[in-house]
Amino acid sequence: MLILECPYCGVKGEETEFHGGGEAHLKRFGPGSSDADFETYLFMRENPKGVHLERWRHVNGCGKWFHVARCTMTLEVFGSYSAQTLEPPKEIKDILSAKRPGWSWRNFS
Amino acid sequence: MSTRLAKGGARIDRSKPVTFSFNGKSLKGFEGDTLASALLANDQMMMGRSFKYHRPRGVVASGAEEPNALMNMGEGSKFEPNQRATTTELFEGLKAGSQNHWPSLEFDVGVVNNALARFLPAGFYYKTFLFPRFAWKHIYEPIVRQSAGLGRAPDKETRDADTYEHFYFFADIVVIGGGLAGLQAAKTAALSGAKVLLMEQDPHWGGRASVDGGELDGAPVADYIAALVAELEGMENVTLRTRMMGAGVYDHGYLLGYERLRDHAPKVAGPRHRLWRIRAGQIITATGAIERPLSFAGNDIPGVMLAGALRDYIADYGVSAGDRVVVVTNNDDAYKTALAVKAVGLDVPVIIDARAAGGGAIADEARAQGIRIENGKAIAKVTGGKRVKSVKICAQAGEGGVLEEIACDAVAMSGGWSPVVHLWSHCGGKLVWDEEHAMFRPDETRPPLGASGEGFVVPAGAANGVMDMGVGLADADHAGRKAVEALGLTPVDVSLPMFDQAAEAPLEPVWMMPQGAGPKLRMKAWLDYQNDVKVSDVQLAAREGYESVEHTKRYTTLGMATDQGKLSNINGLAVLSESLGQAIPDTGTTTFRPPYTPISMGAIGGEARGEVFQPLRRTPMHAWHEAHNATFEPVGQWRRPYAYPRGEESVHEAVNREILATRASLGLLDASTLGKLIVKGPDAGKFLDMLYTNMMSSLKPGKCRYGLMCSENGFLSDDGVVVRLDEETFLCHTTTGGAERIHGHMEEWLQTEWWDWQVYVTNATEQWAQIGVVGPNSRKVLEKLGGVDVSKEALGFMEYTSGKLGGFDARIFRISFAGELSYEIAVPASQGAALWDALFEAGAEYDATPYGTEAMHVMRAEKGFIMIGDETDGTIIPQDLGLHWAISKKKEDFLGKRAQEREFMANPERWQLVGLETVDGSVIPDGAYAVSEGTNANGQRNVEGRVTSTYYSPTLGKGIAMGLLHKGPDRMGETVEFPGTDGKSYSAKVVSAVFYDPEGEKQNV
Amino acid sequence: MRRYSAFAVAREAARFHSGWERAWRSPQPKKKYDVIIVGAGGHGLATAFYLGKNFGITNVAILEKGWLGGGNTGRNTTIIRSNYLQDPSAALYEKARSLYETLSQDLNYNVMFSPRGVIMLAQTEHEVRGYKRTAHANMLQGVQTEYINAARVKELVPIIDTNGPRYPVLGGLYQARGGTARHDAVAWGYARACSDMGMDIIQQCEVTGVRSSGGKVTGVETSKGAIDCDKLGLVVAGNSGALANMAGFRLPMESVALQALVSEPIKPCMDVVVMANTVHGYMSQSDKGEMVIGGGTDGYNNYTQRGSFHHIEETVRALVETFPMVSRLKMLRQWGGIVDVTGDRSPVIGKTPLGNCFINAGWGTGGFKAIPGGGWATAELIAKGEPGPLSAEFGMERFIEGRFIDESVAAGVAH
Repeated sequence: MLILECPYCGVKGEETEFHGGGEAHLKRFGPGSSDADFETYLFMRENPKGVHLERWRHVNGCGKWFHVARCTMTLEVFGSYSAQTLEPPKEIKDILSAKRPGWSWRNFS
Repeated sequence: MSTRLAKGGARIDRSKPVTFSFNGKSLKGFEGDTLASALLANDQMMMGRSFKYHRPRGVVASGAEEPNALMNMGEGSKFEPNQRATTTELFEGLKAGSQNHWPSLEFDVGVVNNALARFLPAGFYYKTFLFPRFAWKHIYEPIVRQSAGLGRAPDKETRDADTYEHFYFFADIVVIGGGLAGLQAAKTAALSGAKVLLMEQDPHWGGRASVDGGELDGAPVADYIAALVAELEGMENVTLRTRMMGAGVYDHGYLLGYERLRDHAPKVAGPRHRLWRIRAGQIITATGAIERPLSFAGNDIPGVMLAGALRDYIADYGVSAGDRVVVVTNNDDAYKTALAVKAVGLDVPVIIDARAAGGGAIADEARAQGIRIENGKAIAKVTGGKRVKSVKICAQAGEGGVLEEIACDAVAMSGGWSPVVHLWSHCGGKLVWDEEHAMFRPDETRPPLGASGEGFVVPAGAANGVMDMGVGLADADHAGRKAVEALGLTPVDVSLPMFDQAAEAPLEPVWMMPQGAGPKLRMKAWLDYQNDVKVSDVQLAAREGYESVEHTKRYTTLGMATDQGKLSNINGLAVLSESLGQAIPDTGTTTFRPPYTPISMGAIGGEARGEVFQPLRRTPMHAWHEAHNATFEPVGQWRRPYAYPRGEESVHEAVNREILATRASLGLLDASTLGKLIVKGPDAGKFLDMLYTNMMSSLKPGKCRYGLMCSENGFLSDDGVVVRLDEETFLCHTTTGGAERIHGHMEEWLQTEWWDWQVYVTNATEQWAQIGVVGPNSRKVLEKLGGVDVSKEALGFMEYTSGKLGGFDARIFRISFAGELSYEIAVPASQGAALWDALFEAGAEYDATPYGTEAMHVMRAEKGFIMIGDETDGTIIPQDLGLHWAISKKKEDFLGKRAQEREFMANPERWQLVGLETVDGSVIPDGAYAVSEGTNANGQRNVEGRVTSTYYSPTLGKGIAMGLLHKGPDRMGETVEFPGTDGKSYSAKVVSAVFYDPEGEKQNV
Repeated sequence: MRRYSAFAVAREAARFHSGWERAWRSPQPKKKYDVIIVGAGGHGLATAFYLGKNFGITNVAILEKGWLGGGNTGRNTTIIRSNYLQDPSAALYEKARSLYETLSQDLNYNVMFSPRGVIMLAQTEHEVRGYKRTAHANMLQGVQTEYINAARVKELVPIIDTNGPRYPVLGGLYQARGGTARHDAVAWGYARACSDMGMDIIQQCEVTGVRSSGGKVTGVETSKGAIDCDKLGLVVAGNSGALANMAGFRLPMESVALQALVSEPIKPCMDVVVMANTVHGYMSQSDKGEMVIGGGTDGYNNYTQRGSFHHIEETVRALVETFPMVSRLKMLRQWGGIVDVTGDRSPVIGKTPLGNCFINAGWGTGGFKAIPGGGWATAELIAKGEPGPLSAEFGMERFIEGRFIDESVAAGVAH
């Protein structure tokens, strides 16, 4: 029973207010892309044990999508941030580096 | 015999007798009794039968850990099996019955299993019942099942007569357990300014502290407890609840409280149970400790009880378990029971202390009372059947050679105490083995971690392994301070009372009594009373390689009974460890899972049952539908009229009549449930071009266009008519089930991919009522209402207009799903019912006929229109359905385009949509497949297609169908075979899917 | 291996059961094996068993980081059925179901397969059509199922309420030879048989690395040292992603928690397994008498084996609605397991980017029922190096080609 904080409306809500949307920072591949790129985009997942960057929607609240940095082994939440970004912001990376030294996730570390 | 003492019983009110019944016998107890204490007071020592061997079982504990005294309670719609007598408060008229026997508790034929016990060791069923093969299901399993189970199943037609409710609560600190430690921790937390919730599973505060008496600051413990409770009750930041159990601890400080509001007073109105869904900043588990049995032969005979429980019954209820009570122990605590028995004038023939050096100061006290003490001794065997007759004494160090037999009618045993670590452990708190006290206690360095990654549970008192009252108070204060600090508050200093406790002699672990007991004794030494697991069973599991504690548990069923091993787990894993020659912490424990004790399904479900099981969505015309005999079908949370049967008419006949009336003159459809999404903004057209396979940006204001939506994975996910209301505003119709989903889909892409596009989306589905006005006379009826010009010239096919229609604020779309001249009229929801009435009034001369979803389905199938969910199933792409015309060739990109370029999707071998007409006019069964020759590599019949929609068409007077067929469009005129599950085969000719008015002459008038 | 029988039990009873031998040996790993299977759950053990039985490959080690059968094999709701819609699924699950029929005899270990029947309730018109379709498909696939009406449902399941106010039961898809089995016994029976064939089941042995060279696996690093192998099978539901990471590739899967619960035991009241998909809940009664109840998956990646309580609430609510008497029972225990869910929610049995490394994973919520079939197909894949007909469609390449095996065809939408 997670508690997450929506970075848009600032509400700290419980899990039932939100809807999980899977892995964050996927790069979309459209027409003209290779089969492999397209498969990676749609199906291949990090599914890490540990630090994960993922999408959530405040579906029973303000309706906004946002990103969360969370640990899949302890369910610790490191922070949430805007969905309108291509990478986690510095303050989130700093928290991760402090709490999970040596962390890495896809191209980020 | 067990009996009510002449005096005493802190919890009972002797001035208030209570009548209850047990197995049909009328008995008397007092207010304040539990069912267990009242039964004991009536000399009803035997209270049930065990699970496997059907052995007689008496009450062994006095609280939530009780494995034996389980009852069928109540009657009819208030019947409930497996109620623990020890936690059931007595009330007038209570009806209870014992379980798991036939024909009666005293004479149970199932006890034959006991005689055969030697042939039924742990896991015997894995090794037997193998032949003949059918016999397991048909002979053995039914016998096993009938013999197993415990309580009676409620009647099959039972409707729970009670109600339940959920309750949300937020607290800085929740203290679970209202014993001395919990009260003290709550006080420290509350005085420090935290919002505190304190819950206690019993009806009483103070836990076991008052039973054992003693003095704090020179006054009786009970006084100190009363003062603490009074102080907490006086504080505004404290909420206190009795009869409320901490049921489970979950991630991020989520906690379930299970409050039993009416179990003790079933005649009082109100919900029976209340499930508290609590978010806690910090949780203090002051859940106490549970005494462990000792493993000696015959330790399951009724009359053998936990030493602490036996003195609880004396102190709390004025009930003695027997006149001659033998005490057997490996620690000092059980001596208190001997003193308690002696104090009420009953006999303790001997205290058998397994420790060679015996007890501490309290042993001297017992000796001074004239009680005989045998150190270094053990019970070799308890004799008796349905109750204890005697104990045979032997040396603990030996193999059980009997030294002496002592007559008695009760045995009080104590193997030490185990902290209740369940709630600490539920969410990942780790344990550490305390060698000195031979127990697992919380490892405070490895607590369960909350959202911040910090610990959020703090154990206190006995639950933290601190058994000494004075030290326990300090530990509780410490826990309170720790929780307060974790919240960022400053703890205040609270003065603690002085407590003098005589030094105790250390406990000596005793896992088998006597230490060298042979197989015969081990086969009679019970670990799990309810599930009939003995020392020999655990040893067998170890011998056979079931070495993990989880293997042993599952192989023997140790700890899997309704008490979840509260009494048996530690003893069992000690035996396992010994068998494996390893230390207990290396064996570890099984996983503690919620709930702490079983909680009612009713409470878990809460209020949402029956009509309010899920939200119900009704259209503005719903009352009309109900008044006109509509049969409804659930579509998502909506109810939609399926058809409107009249008089004796069947549903099928009604559907046919509705179709014919619509095609002949005028039909009206409540289409309000259709999704209506407004997409607005400078980039709205660009956005819709990405969402739909068609081009939407080119749509002119005032025009409508049918559009298809695909998932990014290429599959058709929704369809509907898009209307351009003005330059910047589109109205996107979706399917009934699709409105919320598609709205979410749009938001997702707008917010997470094209967040710089200027588009706003809102779901206006419920703002509008929508009515399909369908049939050759549809224009006439609208013109009769008057207002907006709906003539062919003013409003062409696939056009939109708005204005006053018969006084209503209407949006009028000239679109058709039935293939007739038709309009969809949308009005603000508040005007929906009135417009619906007005249309029927105006349409009376045209035989205006309401039609339901089934008529709608048939009519669209007659026209060859696809239906999302019928022609599509999540595996279908638009190209499969011949919808190439709706897929823009001009657009570089849209959702699903890249996916549809993949090998398998671009494959010309994919099945394609066609129409199907049975050769004999019959209707192809729903879901039938078209077969081709031969079988595939897995021996399955080869198939070449399937029906997707199949109906009797009243318009055409025959069966029609749509279906997907291999190379279908190239096979017009061919006949294909559809074998039905009814044994018949249906031959169908491949035809165009447009059965009715292929030229569109009906709709374009 | 000394065979189990009633006679053997009687013989042992005479000597206080002191003569039973170990069900499986507990060996130290050898330096090298022909095949290493990572994961001693149901699928891993079954794979090893059929490698030996069908292909004579017995120089096999099965490595388990915890205790055998301790993952999802020991955490599921024990339902066995094969009433799947799509041909590849129906073939695989029916193979599994038919192997379950004789598994107790094949393994000389009573796994208590109980073909008591499985009903999937139809509670919307859409479901009615969907299950009629499945019944037609099953008929052609050689899977015995039938569509039954509400009255027959009530006859088979007396405790059900077919006239509930919100989602009355309209009918159901009935597979009479579906049922349940004792989940732990399946793992234990396979383990005993594998051990008897000379295979090494090595528990408490965690794989920490996969060694490869030239695009081929050469062995694994473990907490008990390095072990070489000619072929490697990864059969580690819930940990597939982590193992794939070690081997240097990614999977089209995510790991989420799936929850279940049981009631206190009561006397027999329900002889069939009932699944109600509209309201999301399913229930059967175990031989011990507990009502075994399955819930849903959480919507986020999770390795904690704990789920969120609101799913339990939703599940219980659905069951109280379907079987009103359940309201008077009590929940005894709830638990969670971690399941790997693929992009089309069907499993993967196939090759990996490493030539001699094969994978069986992604069973989602349906792995237990598939154990014998999954093991059979995976053994064939490993032995031959190429998929056989049972697993031909289940390779990971389907995600590139867009050739999905989608069983969730009930999109649940209608106009």
